[in-house]
Amino acid sequence: MQVVPFSPDQASTFASDVDGLYGFLWTLTVVLGGVLTLLILYFAVKYRRRDPDEIPRPVAASHRLEAIWVGVPFVLAMGIFVWGTSLYVRMYRPPDEAIDVYVVAKQWMWKMQHLDGHREINELHVPVGRRVKLTMTTEDTIHSFYVPAFRTKMDVVPGKYSTMWFEPKRAGRYHLFCAEYCGTSHSGMIGWIDVMEAPEYQAWLSGGAAEGSLATSGQKLFEQLACITCHKSDGSGRGPALEGVFGKTVQLSDGQKVVADEGYIRESILTPRAKVVAGYQPIMPTFQGQISEEQLLQLVAYVRSLSGQQSQQQSQQQSPTVQPQVTPRGAGSQTNANRQSK
Amino acid sequence: METAAQIEAPPRTHYLNSTYGLKSWLLTVDHKRIALLYLASITFFFFLGGAFAVAIRLELLTPQGDLMQAETYNRMFTMHGVVMVFFFLIPAIPATLGNFLIPIMVGARDLAFPKLNLLSWYIYNLGALFTMVAIVTGGVDTGWTFYAPYSTTYSNGNVLLTGIGIFITGFSSILTGLNFIVTIHTMRAPGLTWFRLPLFIWSNYAASLIMILGTPVIAITVLLLALERIAHVGIFDPALGGDPVLFQHLFWFYSHPAVYIMVLPAMGVISELVTNMTRKNVFGYRFVAFSSIAIAVFGFLVWGHHMFVSTQSVYAGMVFSILSYAVAVPSAVKTFNWTATLYKGSISYNTPMLYAFGFIGFFIIGGMTGLFLAALGLDVHVHDTYFVVAHFHYIMVGGTIMGYLGGLHYWWPKITGRLYPEGWARFAALVIFVGFNLTFFPQFLLGYMGMPRRYYAYPEEFQVLNVMSSAGASILGVGYLIPMVYFFWSMRYGRHATKNPWGAFGLEWMTSSPPPTENFKETPVVTWEAYEFRPIHEAEVIDVTRH
Repeated sequence: MQVVPFSPDQASTFASDVDGLYGFLWTLTVVLGGVLTLLILYFAVKYRRRDPDEIPRPVAASHRLEAIWVGVPFVLAMGIFVWGTSLYVRMYRPPDEAIDVYVVAKQWMWKMQHLDGHREINELHVPVGRRVKLTMTTEDTIHSFYVPAFRTKMDVVPGKYSTMWFEPKRAGRYHLFCAEYCGTSHSGMIGWIDVMEAPEYQAWLSGGAAEGSLATSGQKLFEQLACITCHKSDGSGRGPALEGVFGKTVQLSDGQKVVADEGYIRESILTPRAKVVAGYQPIMPTFQGQISEEQLLQLVAYVRSLSGQQSQQQSQQQSPTVQPQVTPRGAGSQTNANRQSK
Repeated sequence: METAAQIEAPPRTHYLNSTYGLKSWLLTVDHKRIALLYLASITFFFFLGGAFAVAIRLELLTPQGDLMQAETYNRMFTMHGVVMVFFFLIPAIPATLGNFLIPIMVGARDLAFPKLNLLSWYIYNLGALFTMVAIVTGGVDTGWTFYAPYSTTYSNGNVLLTGIGIFITGFSSILTGLNFIVTIHTMRAPGLTWFRLPLFIWSNYAASLIMILGTPVIAITVLLLALERIAHVGIFDPALGGDPVLFQHLFWFYSHPAVYIMVLPAMGVISELVTNMTRKNVFGYRFVAFSSIAIAVFGFLVWGHHMFVSTQSVYAGMVFSILSYAVAVPSAVKTFNWTATLYKGSISYNTPMLYAFGFIGFFIIGGMTGLFLAALGLDVHVHDTYFVVAHFHYIMVGGTIMGYLGGLHYWWPKITGRLYPEGWARFAALVIFVGFNLTFFPQFLLGYMGMPRRYYAYPEEFQVLNVMSSAGASILGVGYLIPMVYFFWSMRYGRHATKNPWGAFGLEWMTSSPPPTENFKETPVVTWEAYEFRPIHEAEVIDVTRH
């Protein structure tokens, strides 16, 4: 549905708010520009030169008048600042509960990994009315994940995880663009976001061959790379036990504290000596250059699963026989109800 | 004041005919001749950059990539940006009109360092040579922004050669800025106090501050980029231990203020045009003068508004957003003061004034859409789309080039001693105004619909607006070619100009057209205020509260 002319569909909960500010600013532009244009035209006609030798009387400005046109734009500008900032803060405050999807960008494709093991290329399936949080990184240069219909985008930067979230509110197929120039086929790095009603989404989830959940793949890697020899679950190893660590605050050996989020897990695998947990020696070797970004994300998903931090989507996948559709539907309508009550 | 009607013989010798021969031009230290040398160089680059734009607009006529390879297209928009920004827009007004006028406007014989001034032209051309070699031997495909790690690791274009060209050319900018600042400080004629200076001087002074403080940063950035590309020193590429966002901070620390290097001198031109074509003192002289300085100062503190979705922190985003709104205020002040200057004036519709009207119109749209982009939550959607492309073309093309062309028309009689054909000039101004709007206004809509910039092929729903934009570009191209023709024509066939054909005010109109090499036969002594067409004590005071 197009509310503002020349705008994409309003397919996320951000869309109508962003369009509101956009519409307000165009109104302001037309009003202010119109007043100035009319004034200029009026003056240009009324005070046109009538005699080639004419010299008009000088006009002196009062400071009060100048103060008005310094003050009014300033107040207006601050108002727009507050409006724009409140939207931004909402977009960047990650939701507590969301469907997690891991995204790896590379020249010139988008690889999406769902926690349950579903993988997609240049396409992302998400349900209506659920929040979706993307954790993204890239194997090469900077890309940017842009969905115009959701009115949101975020750069995907090598060497770190960036996150974005959205809540689709209308089923449909929407453009996914790469918005940061990334080389020859930049304009070919496009795809689709498929927003589905909950039942279809469930059908999609249960179909397709998922090769085990992301955490299961991570667990295999954890064993293959011999992480398990030091990070023993009973805490007797040379590295800290990872059970229950994810999302908690960790005390470091230099006295600082850090929240063990995706970024910290990633950093600890690639540059283990940067932030060592208190009570342990900096003896872990780096895995820089030995594992791909996708494998890294699998390991992160595994560590995360050790804290029981699995989305409902995944827990459901592990117990497919028990009331498969109740939880997401319930959660979905709940968020809808919350939204309406606001 | 003398008037156009007064019969006046052209001067027998002036700066153009005092000496002859190629050597007398290539080794000149006369700021007026150096201005013309610059004029020739930047005009070449303007049309070269324009040719790249033609290629871009032709490719975008259809959604599919069909006219050229994606690789070629990427090189086209990169070279369009590099050539236009570094070799045309930044030097455009300061190096030509500024070079010609600043010494005359302050009543001096030349700039403070005439040889340095000539050197700056040679440095500019040396840098241009490197960039030309880079273009001819295959070009570069990084975008004019050279974002790492694409530019340091992945691009296979002539990144280094182009970078060297930009690095070198930067020094010409620094020398020009330095020369202007020293000249304005030390060489003002007796009686010419700071607040008697023409506003063109104030705005060029502000732009010069940015040139000498900002340009070294881009030089350092290019150097670091080269170091990483050649020696794989990890500065920007995380695979080498660097930080790609750091590049963006360094790049925009210069490149945002660089926009003010382009537009501040244009604002100075518009202040001159509005005032002189109205024959009245400018409304709120000090406000207009200080707004230039305020723009230059605040302009250094807003670079992060190019990075709202770059993974920069949310709090940094807020600080850069609020400071960007701070810049909007002095820009608005200028627009209001220009409008108020028209009040009870004697307004002429000569070509320069048409350009001034056009500038104000474009600046309102360009400035207001800047408010859209500085709004954090809205920028997330329109960042890196055609909305941004449209916005900065409204400022850089609609602003700077309108100011540049308006100024060129206004001072053409002074520079060449000849008048351009007024009818053709008004027609061209109109063609440019229409062509420009048709080219760039649809791009705002395209951007909001979600079309990302730097796209070689695009989904079909974007085609109609793209065709409109390409059609507008062809009109705009014709609009730019017309002045080329009649300016050349007028140099030989134009009517002789009098000392002051506009009935304008300012030291440059008190010497002959063209001026003698030494500008003034005697050093002028200034006993009047800026734009004192009539004594200021006769002024009518405008006060809203009393009306």
